[in-house]
Formats: sequence, C-alpha cells, structure tokens
Amino acid sequence: MSGFHTAMELVLQGDASLYAIVRLSLLVSLSAVVIAALVGFPFGAWLALTRFPGRDAVIIVLNACMGLPPVVIGLAVFLLLSRSGPLGSWGLLFTPQAMVIAEAILVAPIVAALARQTIEDLWLEYRAELEAMGATPLRRVGALLWDARLSLLTVLLAGFGRAAAEVGAVMIVGGNIDGFTRTMTTAIALETSKGDLPLAMGLGAVLIAIVVAINGVVWGMRSYGERKAG
Amino acid sequence: MLRRRLFIAGLVFATLAPCAYAQDKSIVVASTTSTQDSGLFGHILPLFKAKTGIEVKVVAQGTGQALDTARRGDADVVFVHAKAQEEKFLAEGFGVKRFPVMYNDFVLIGPKADPAGVKGTKDIVAALKTIKAKAAPFVSRGDRSGTHSAELRLWKVAEIDIAKDKGPWYREIGQGMGAALNTAASMEGYVISDRGTWISFKNKGDLVIAVEGDKRLFNQYGVMLVNPEKHPSVKKELGQAFIDWLISPEGQKAIADYKIDGQQLFYPNANDPSA
Repeated sequence: MSGFHTAMELVLQGDASLYAIVRLSLLVSLSAVVIAALVGFPFGAWLALTRFPGRDAVIIVLNACMGLPPVVIGLAVFLLLSRSGPLGSWGLLFTPQAMVIAEAILVAPIVAALARQTIEDLWLEYRAELEAMGATPLRRVGALLWDARLSLLTVLLAGFGRAAAEVGAVMIVGGNIDGFTRTMTTAIALETSKGDLPLAMGLGAVLIAIVVAINGVVWGMRSYGERKAG
Repeated sequence: MLRRRLFIAGLVFATLAPCAYAQDKSIVVASTTSTQDSGLFGHILPLFKAKTGIEVKVVAQGTGQALDTARRGDADVVFVHAKAQEEKFLAEGFGVKRFPVMYNDFVLIGPKADPAGVKGTKDIVAALKTIKAKAAPFVSRGDRSGTHSAELRLWKVAEIDIAKDKGPWYREIGQGMGAALNTAASMEGYVISDRGTWISFKNKGDLVIAVEGDKRLFNQYGVMLVNPEKHPSVKKELGQAFIDWLISPEGQKAIADYKIDGQQLFYPNANDPSA
C-alpha cells in the first residue's frame, strides 16, 4: 500500500499541488452548485406553484434531466466552446470556467426538480393559509422557499455530490491540464492510467473524506437551524 | 427586478472570476498519453518555464484526437507520434512545419507465462502472426493514437486484415496507453506499448517485455505549430518559442536527461531531418 501511504503523506505534509487540486475541485463544484441554485430554485418554485397546459410534460422532462449523461453534456459544451464552435471566440475551452459551465448544466436539473417537489409538497400543506393571508405570488414563493430552506440544503448537497463526483464531462471540457484544470476525479483517472493504483485509491479516499466533511458541516448547519427554528 | 438580475449576474460573474485571470504567457499543447503518462512533461516543462516564463498547458490525448483538437483550433502546438497522420495534417494546411524531436521504440508486452511462445524473439511481425494463429489474448488501443496506428501498420505488414480477422481474442478498448496496460495485466494479454510508458508504468503485475529490438518498432515524435492562418487565435510566437526550445541543444539535453531507474525513456534526434 505504498501509494496509499504516499497519498496520506501528501495530505499530512500539505503538498502544494495536491492542495491546488483539492481547491480547484471545490471551487468548480461549488461554483456550479451556486449557479445551478440561482437558476434551479426560482424555476423549481415557479413550476411548483403554476398550472399550465403541458406542465406534466415539463416536470417529466425536468426529472429525466436529473440523469443527463455527463459525457454527452461534456461533448456538447466542448463543441460549443471549441474555437471552431459558436462560442469559440470566448476562448473558454480547457479552462476551469468551461468545467463550471458543464457541471452547472448537470446540477441545475437536479436542484430544480428536487426543489419543485419539495416546494409543491409544502404548498399543498400551506396553500389555504397563504391564500387566506392574501400573499402575492412572489411573497408565496419567498415564504415557501424560506420554510423549505433546510430541505433545500439537502437538495444542494445532492447537487454538490453530482458535481464533485463528475469526471467524464470535466475531462472533456477541462482537458485535465496539470496545475490548471486537474481536479481530484481527473487526477484519480490519470493515476489509474499510469498504473499507480494505490495512489489513485489514496486520492479517492481523500476525495471521499472531503465530501463527508462537507456533508458534516451542512448537517451541523441544519441541526443548528432546526434548533433555532424549533 | 432589474437590480435583482444585475445582482444575480454579478454573483455568477463573481463565482467564475476567481479562475478567470488567464495567464497571458501560456500555450496549449495537444500531445499524447505516452508523453504525459511517462512523466516526460513533468520533467521538461518546469525547465522551459524557468527559462522563458511560458506556461505550457498539456492536453494529453491519443495522436488522432490531439490532431483533431488542433484542427479545431483548440491548441497552439501539437506534439505527437504518427508521421503519416502528421504529414496529412500538414498537407491539409493545419500545421506550419513539422520538426522531429525525439524517438524511442515500441515493445510487445506479454504475460510471463507467454501462452503464444513469442518471448525473447526479435521479429515483431512473426510474433503477431503467432498470436493470431494461437488466438492469444491481445489488447488493442483502438483509439487512433500513434501506438494504435503503429499496431495497425504492423498487422498490415504481417498480411493480416485485422478489421476482418479479429476474433474474441482481440480486444479493442478505445483508451490510453496506461489503461491498455492495466487491461493486459488483468487479463494476461499481449499489448504493444511505447517503451517510455512501459518503463514508468507501475502496475506491471505479471507482464514482461516479450519482443523488442525489431527496427520496425521505431517510434518517432514530431512537433508542429498550428497554422495561425487557419486559426488566428493560435499564439504564434509563444508556440514557436516552445518548439525552438524543444529542438535546441538545451531542450534536447533535457529530454535525454529524463530517466527512470537509470533507464533513458526518449532519445533526442532533432538533428536528423529525415526522422
């Protein structure tokens, strides 16, 4: 298990390149989740409270988009951002921004679909109350989002999990460039292909530990919020 | 409402901004998995950066894919190893000029048990014929990489139409060199690898070199600037500076100096115009 030890040593000694990789992974995943939340929460809330023809179809498509294949999204973003593609002049291919875009597209449907379900359930519960108060639609959305905030935290975690675990799309649009677009997942893929399986596994353990730690922090926030609200 | 939208746009920008300051002095080099997986770039790029301040961002792909990346204008320089494909790339007008940089050789890797009985022979073509005749497991890259091109060329020399004659013993995995070696190690198969990746590969398991030293196993690397006339975004000066350094005595020495366990992985030959 020499490689596993190597991974642990890198952690304990504060290896600069490992920390840069961890930092980039977190930055990209969290940015993607923030963007996905900015798009997904309002859309999910709107969909929960509005009735229109074809709404069922929209919900079905939205729910299905939770399972968008990352490689396909990666390829689509790649073709968009390539110099020969429609957005080529932006020069974003093989940059962290391109990775954020791809991950945001993967995470947004998860956030929107789960938020829609959460808010709709709450809405059915509090509908009479909110209508009796004569709240405007915007106030209703605000009240429901606030009431659902602890559940929505879990929704964000689901989105973060998707983003942090992503490898196919970020490999294609980021290029796994050393010191620039290399994330935990692409580093693990690279070490696997170099045949250094113990080091790959060690990095995997580090990634899992980080994800668990973040979930721990969020759980703490949730419990604190519940006690305060409680 | 507008203010809110502006606020959201600001937030989105703020999340993207931390990674946004692109270093001006950087180029993208599309190269092969063999140069990355063998650790060569990890050795020579810091030397180049110390001298010129230019950051080289390497995207490691198979040769075919790397050339396609360059065709789309997504790289400034290509550094690959399949002369026929490189010459086609030049003929299409996507490259400026090809410079030979270095060589090593391919080796046939196989399990110690050697089910095809080819270990220690020197004739790669005869060995491939035997593998086919005995239907011994063989792992093919199957990804249009330089190594895959070399493999297909050798089957042709052996007068075997592999596209037609492949059986279940012939496994195309469509992945990089390391992945192919991992696959061969786990299924006790034969595989053609460049020597650099083989030396640096850490999961050798029961694999050993079965055939080496045939001159048909020669593996030449070349470098080209992507044509700025096709893609104005190409960083001409910086890209050319990298090429000039690679073929300079200093760059050539850096390549020759890269060793693993005392074994040299690549041999510089920029001074051989026919390479």
